[in-house]
Amino acid sequence: MPETSSSPEITPEVVRHLSELAKIQLGEDEITLLTADLGQIVSNIAKVSEVATPDIPATSHPIPLQNVFRPDVVGDNVLTAEQALSGAPEQFEGRFVVSAILGEEQ
Amino acid sequence: MTQTDLTRLSAADLSAKLASGEVSSVETTAAHLERIAEVDSEVHAFLHINARAHEVAASIDARRAAGEELGPLAGVPLAIKDVLVTTDMPSTSGSKILEGWMSPYDATVVARSRAAGLVPLGKTNMDEFAMGSSTEHSAYGPTHNPWDLTRIPGGSGGGSAAAVAAFETPLALGSDTGGSIRQPAHVTGTVGVKPTYGAVSRYGAIALASSLDQVGPCSRSVLDAGLLQDVIAGHDHHDSTSLPDAWPSMAAAAREGATGQVLKGLRVGVVKQLQGEGFQTGVTQRFTESLALLEAQGAEIVEIDAPHFEYAVAAYYLILPAEASSNLAKFDSVRFGLRVTPEGGGTVDHVMAATREAGFGPEVKRRIILGTYALSAGYYDAYYGSAQKVRTLIQRDFASAFSRVDVLASPSAPTTAFRLGEKLEDPMAMYLNDVTTIPANLAGIPGISVPNGLAPEDGLPVGIQFMAPAREDARLYRVGAALEALVEDQWGGPLWAQAPELRAGKGVN
Repeated sequence: MPETSSSPEITPEVVRHLSELAKIQLGEDEITLLTADLGQIVSNIAKVSEVATPDIPATSHPIPLQNVFRPDVVGDNVLTAEQALSGAPEQFEGRFVVSAILGEEQ
Repeated sequence: MTQTDLTRLSAADLSAKLASGEVSSVETTAAHLERIAEVDSEVHAFLHINARAHEVAASIDARRAAGEELGPLAGVPLAIKDVLVTTDMPSTSGSKILEGWMSPYDATVVARSRAAGLVPLGKTNMDEFAMGSSTEHSAYGPTHNPWDLTRIPGGSGGGSAAAVAAFETPLALGSDTGGSIRQPAHVTGTVGVKPTYGAVSRYGAIALASSLDQVGPCSRSVLDAGLLQDVIAGHDHHDSTSLPDAWPSMAAAAREGATGQVLKGLRVGVVKQLQGEGFQTGVTQRFTESLALLEAQGAEIVEIDAPHFEYAVAAYYLILPAEASSNLAKFDSVRFGLRVTPEGGGTVDHVMAATREAGFGPEVKRRIILGTYALSAGYYDAYYGSAQKVRTLIQRDFASAFSRVDVLASPSAPTTAFRLGEKLEDPMAMYLNDVTTIPANLAGIPGISVPNGLAPEDGLPVGIQFMAPAREDARLYRVGAALEALVEDQWGGPLWAQAPELRAGKGVN
């Protein structure tokens, strides 16, 4: 059952930093809520370290397959440029349009 | 047959009637679209209805009339979870960030369903990017449980399960990352199967957690699920995690299982850690009764200790957010989906952050931030690394169990359908709904949920879960169909026959 105590590691500053890493802008109210939620969640899931001793190998994939290759030829599922651009919010002359990469401060 | 009768038929029965010419696909499809028009304003299982369904059905009828040899499910309606991309209907994965997005290609399971002649009726509702256990995290509003419209239909695939339970379709496609097919089946009195990891292609399934996701069937009978798995399973070179195995027919396994012979001498393991505290009385009662039924038919019940299962939910909620935070990085406002430009413009970084703020719902943000934390420098080993070790320990628990038994059994979920809104503000309580289903995803093994009664205290459906070793999906269909035959014999018909009538325009809330 969930413990109610929250993790001391999760502060609003940590959440603000994570939101920058994750590229999600968050309002102050969202940061407050997420700090509390994450604190509770982390205190519940941190127990994985109790049994994860150094002798246990990590499993990244449930049924690992090795060397999944294909012939080095054009596949049968290649999108045309038109298809690739079909969902883009903005395009110009066959290219994706993005805003400035660098801001004034850079 | 009346339109109502057509919507009550199993896919297997429809298949026979379509083949014999007793009914047409156009009639069948019309009956289901009519049912959707009648009840979906209350159930809200669908996000989009296929405007061309009638046309597709007519083409199947024409091909059949021309003497073409068609597969067993040709002409049978199918609902498609919105996580699967489709060229003729929008694919949103339940998110505003993909509102109205049209995929330039079909998911492999969709392409295979079309090739088999199934008639896509529409796209079903789900928790945003499959993150949730109740569909309440859908950006398009929750689905309501047809058994009680004030309750959740499970999640993330609540739309697919509710559509099947409400007779809007006999078959639906779902995806199961931590129980998103099996838990909705449990709370809606339907059947749901998570196949072995890699048994069914995920090409065109909008990825949540790539080491856990698996696509599978939803239906009202074990045989119907088997018929659909036979259509969608098998190697796909577009998915590099797709297993190259040849699979036996799951429908044949279900038919064989229904004779009950499979239960003689079958060793059924009951996991100590997946019962007891936290499990609702009626759920436990029906589980115990089902075990007694199996035992009476010659099965042997063996208690199994799986000491690391208690760490499964914790490991899952590290691995899933970590993988999701990476998979969802592609929603960057450049190639597809929403773009929100902050007032006065901004760099691509600002646009991306503003887009993701506006386009993602609270649960998606919560999990991306959590995943970013679990993967961040200084915490990676303690969290993500440890969770991957727990995964090894859980696989070892399963290996040890399957050296002693043929299948494992547990209640499919700890409780019956809870009320909409009840757990929405408590993420940890919501996460614990998946305690019974998560271990199978972590280990990559197959699981099935079969209805095994109504909880006496609230009259709501309950399911039993069976799990088998990886690649032994057919064993689950045999055992699931055997139990289904036993309980239906007791009830004098399927569980859905006891469902309350949904009436058009019946107001709720």
